[in-house]
Amino acid sequence: MGSIGLVLSLIALSECAKAPGALNNAVPDVVDFNFHVKPILSDRCFKCHGPDAQKREANLRLDTKEGLFQHLKDAKNQFVIVPGKPEQSELYRRLVHEDPEQLMPPPNSNLSLNENEKQILRKWIAQGAKYRKHWAFIPPQKTTLPKVRLSDWPKNEIDHFTLAKMEANGLKPNEQAEWPKLIRRLSLDLTGLPPSDDLLKRYLNNTSPNAYKKLVEELLASPRFGERMAAYWLDIARYADSHGYQDDGPRTMWPWRDWVIHAFNKNIPYDKFVTWQLAGDLLPKANKEQILATGFNRNHKITQEGGVIDEEYRVEYVTDRTNTFGKAFLGLTLECSKCHDHKYDPISQKEYFQVFSFFNNVPEKGLYGVIDLVSLGDPPNMILYDKTIKDTLPFINKKKGDTAIVMIMQDMPKPRTTYILKRGQYDLHGDSVKQGTPKSVMAFGNQYDPNRLGLAKWLFEAKNPLTARVFVNRIWMEIFGMGIVKSSDDFGNQGELPTHPELLDWLAVDFRENGWDVKRLVRQILLSATYQQSNKIDAKKREKDFDNRLLARGPRLRMSAEMLRDNWLASSGLMNHEIGGPSVKPYQPEGLWEDTNPGRGPLMFYKQDRLQKLYRRSLYTFWKRTAPPPFMLTFDAPMRDYCVAKRVMTNTPLQALNMLNDPQMLEAARFLAANLLKEGTNPETQIKKVFLRIMAREPLEKELKELSQYYQIRYQELAKDRKKAEKLLAIGEIPQAKGVDMAKCAALSETIQIVYNLDEAITR
Amino acid sequence: MEKELLESKLNINRRAFFSKLSLGVGSLALGSLLIPDLFKNGDADLTEALPGLSHFAPKAKRIIYLFQSGAPSQLESLDYKPNLKKLLGTELPSSIRQGQRLTGMTSGQASFPIVGSAIGFKQYGQSGTWISDLFPYIGRVADDICVVRTLHTEAINHDPAITFFQTGNQQSGRPSMGAWLSYGLGSENQNLPAFMVLTSRGKGNSQGLYAHLWGSGFLNSIHQGVMLRGGKNPVLYLKDPEGMSQLDRRRMLDQIASLNQQTYDQIGDPETLARIQQYEMAYRMQTSVPELMDLNDENDATVKLYGPDCLVPGSYAANALLARRLAERGVRFIQLYHQGWDQHGNLPNEMAGQAKDVDQASAALITDLKQRGMLEDTLVIWGGEFGRTVFCQGNFNETNYGRDHHPRCFSIWMAGGGIKPGTVYGETDDFSYNIAKDPVHVHDFQATIMHLMGLNHEKLIFKHQGRRYRLTDVSGKIVPGIMA
Repeated sequence: MGSIGLVLSLIALSECAKAPGALNNAVPDVVDFNFHVKPILSDRCFKCHGPDAQKREANLRLDTKEGLFQHLKDAKNQFVIVPGKPEQSELYRRLVHEDPEQLMPPPNSNLSLNENEKQILRKWIAQGAKYRKHWAFIPPQKTTLPKVRLSDWPKNEIDHFTLAKMEANGLKPNEQAEWPKLIRRLSLDLTGLPPSDDLLKRYLNNTSPNAYKKLVEELLASPRFGERMAAYWLDIARYADSHGYQDDGPRTMWPWRDWVIHAFNKNIPYDKFVTWQLAGDLLPKANKEQILATGFNRNHKITQEGGVIDEEYRVEYVTDRTNTFGKAFLGLTLECSKCHDHKYDPISQKEYFQVFSFFNNVPEKGLYGVIDLVSLGDPPNMILYDKTIKDTLPFINKKKGDTAIVMIMQDMPKPRTTYILKRGQYDLHGDSVKQGTPKSVMAFGNQYDPNRLGLAKWLFEAKNPLTARVFVNRIWMEIFGMGIVKSSDDFGNQGELPTHPELLDWLAVDFRENGWDVKRLVRQILLSATYQQSNKIDAKKREKDFDNRLLARGPRLRMSAEMLRDNWLASSGLMNHEIGGPSVKPYQPEGLWEDTNPGRGPLMFYKQDRLQKLYRRSLYTFWKRTAPPPFMLTFDAPMRDYCVAKRVMTNTPLQALNMLNDPQMLEAARFLAANLLKEGTNPETQIKKVFLRIMAREPLEKELKELSQYYQIRYQELAKDRKKAEKLLAIGEIPQAKGVDMAKCAALSETIQIVYNLDEAITR
Repeated sequence: MEKELLESKLNINRRAFFSKLSLGVGSLALGSLLIPDLFKNGDADLTEALPGLSHFAPKAKRIIYLFQSGAPSQLESLDYKPNLKKLLGTELPSSIRQGQRLTGMTSGQASFPIVGSAIGFKQYGQSGTWISDLFPYIGRVADDICVVRTLHTEAINHDPAITFFQTGNQQSGRPSMGAWLSYGLGSENQNLPAFMVLTSRGKGNSQGLYAHLWGSGFLNSIHQGVMLRGGKNPVLYLKDPEGMSQLDRRRMLDQIASLNQQTYDQIGDPETLARIQQYEMAYRMQTSVPELMDLNDENDATVKLYGPDCLVPGSYAANALLARRLAERGVRFIQLYHQGWDQHGNLPNEMAGQAKDVDQASAALITDLKQRGMLEDTLVIWGGEFGRTVFCQGNFNETNYGRDHHPRCFSIWMAGGGIKPGTVYGETDDFSYNIAKDPVHVHDFQATIMHLMGLNHEKLIFKHQGRRYRLTDVSGKIVPGIMA
């Protein structure tokens, strides 16, 4: 499709996408193939009439243009679709057929179309049945900025797209959020931490027009930015500190994690960031840092279960790398084409194994190490000596003498032959295949070397339709809580459609044209008026746009697991700000590892760390795959068994129990209370400070009054029962401050616990 | 499809509900563990939606799954093969082995000498079911159980095999059976999760358990199993700090709620209301769980029935008794794991110890449920992830031998909720190596369980990343022969 075609299709999209597809039940005026028709065909028809050649019924396929307009196999003068004539189109006739033998989908498939969906298909045919390639496989292009009525609202390009959409839906943007709230929002989004006292002091009263921009720059330059971004990349990379599977011994991949933090802080462009992780070892004159980065593809689970069949597991690891490549970088469910052709997307089983072949040449075994303290990293690996670190990898936080073995990628001199594995089974070899990629996305031409480095080049080719879109969508999701494509891990036929397709494409192209500059992309989003809106929800917006898909208000999101715990540590002053290093074992309820361990190995018992190691940021918490940190799981972190690009968000009573009774929260509260008391001020001033520390604002009059009252009542009770006060404060390892009134401290500590548990305090 | 429709209906109602702002409802559970609340206190449409869940009349309302992790040998428990005595020490005929794949632990073995059970067997009850001498208590309830001798699986290693049993797939990432049932049927109790997990460990060679076994996979994590542990803190962070009274906690929660309400008044985000309810439910759990764990209201006869171990927190017997208490309280899926059944060596000895851990309490659970009239709608399952080889692992020794993993046939028993009591289903060959009659694949087993719970395993689906998933993946047939 030429650029004119694309522009036209985008105009059609914006016309028809007046309300996000899923919310809109009306048959649109102009029916668009990509936005209205194909989701129905894909979901209800492709399973039997789609890309999977083995399961195709009646030799009819509805996933290609040819298939949709062909004549019937047994009747040359009858066609699947006759443009303009629904009643003569076999497709429509079968949808409304009265004979159950003829009706499609067949009743025994448990699939059906509702009346609305039938009308959409009918109208599309009646309007001429215009076919378009799957939107995500058409390379993105910048369109001109849409015209808006509220022309002084936009602060940058992003706002033109969002505002046009709001206006088309009869919504107005919210006002700008109050300055303290913006300071807190920026700090949390960019560093994962609440604003420090110092930052608040410098910015709260700074009313210069440049203050916002200046703050964004300061936070982007903070080393905390790298930690915040890394926390998210670790889910994609299925990073863990243990091997997984049943024996689940320890590994030391943390120097790779230190590199990720470093890479985000140094703002290594996204193309390099990914190329090094995929193929750093294959770069000409590859340096140690580039090789270290390839640890990405060795973060998968590795079995140590005696008795497994070696090849079965080796194939499992290659499978994991292949699936991760699909999900992490292309936003595709490649895994669905391992056992058969993809049921919904144009990806054949052969193409799956062509991608598989890139990752199939590692000199590795299915079962190598056993469960002990030596098998920290199966070969190929890189042993990190003190000298290497000092000379070339100074960002790795390794203490002298500590062991660190990082598993890395390498290709065998003589590559393995890759076969299509029938039904996906490791020992059922079909035809052999050469390296390649799904051609519907973009063919793997001769210009690329047939190895991982060639694959990385293919990924960052300007014409690759997915790479930039997938990443900008992820960053958008991290900031707004939901991607422009909500299914940020599936850009295929069964994925959701973008709510703002032109915006997504504009951002994607702009990102690529500007050197894949990650900080620039983040900055761009934060400088938009869209981001700076207040997150208040009035009745109209709640009614019209419950999930904020139209972005007529600012984001309001419960913090991630990591942020929640980090906020206790940072706001109380307990946090140890050290970056990187071996993972640590903070407080954890007793017996969790012991309850489930295999009865052997170095990770049988949880040996909690002491002192400063307790107060490290949450991304440094030791991740044992078969018993992950309970706090993380309770607050929706994935298991790290495989690549996850999108966390769910739940709300359970177990979370409330955790928030109320976690010793880390209780310790933070008492520590902060003691420090405030030492300042010798009155309770009201102390409560004001608590609000500033935790929520970056002063309490409202009513809030202050209620909490002061609460404090006074508690103080009077505890002053009469000092033993009880002491008991309440006896939590955590940090020593109790001397010379502080225990009753006051316990009462203030409880008041702080209340604040830590407020909806506002756990929301960013 | 029905389930999907329901979900969307639910969503629409949630929307409508909040836009109407009918606040002040006692227990609105937005996305909480306690799903039925949402139906009960929403508007009329929501209550209508509930019956849509069951596909047909259920035989069982809840499941107690006594998982024997590590794979107990069928040859020393439920699959009696008297003829093996004659073949002791002889080589397993290749016509039987049929080139079947072996684990890395025995694939290097030069010979495969047959070893029969060193443990005797007896017939029990009206049904005359053969049960090994390691399980005399189970023998006494033989007429209440159905022994299935022809389970078979595809996995030959522990992790993939247990994962297959619990999630329908060998690799982790799919929802577990309990999560599926929580998703499909919700909870019957306002104060407890629908899916609870209890673990214990014997002295036998054991294998690990993994959090993904009771995970919710791609389902909402409200459906994940909640671990109930022995000791002072049965649910993580359930207990308030030392020194805090219930009244103190109540006041604190009231203060939190009051401030949250003010936030809601300013911002208008329904999630804030959900937060208030979330804390209320946590408070209710702080009462309901200790009540559940407090065995003081059990009489001496019950303690005697389960055996003295039932008073030792964290033991299998204690967990079995707790399972009954959970069942009484309407918990939908109660999953026990007992570790230690992986006898690659020293099998007769180790297995005797394992059996002693579980025999009395498992039988007691059946008797207890029956006495309370609950066995008819409670499905009880006992079994491991695969079986063990008829040939001996390592050096041959008649009385002290080991057995390797065997996926081609193994035995479990089931009882209660819709199961045909006093029966034996399926036959294996003379070597308990291959299935001779009536195979039951893991997916068939899962389909049957779903059927007994009133669900069509082909219809309880969840669409994730464009694909419709179900517990039984793409296969599974119900097994009428084991149903009453």
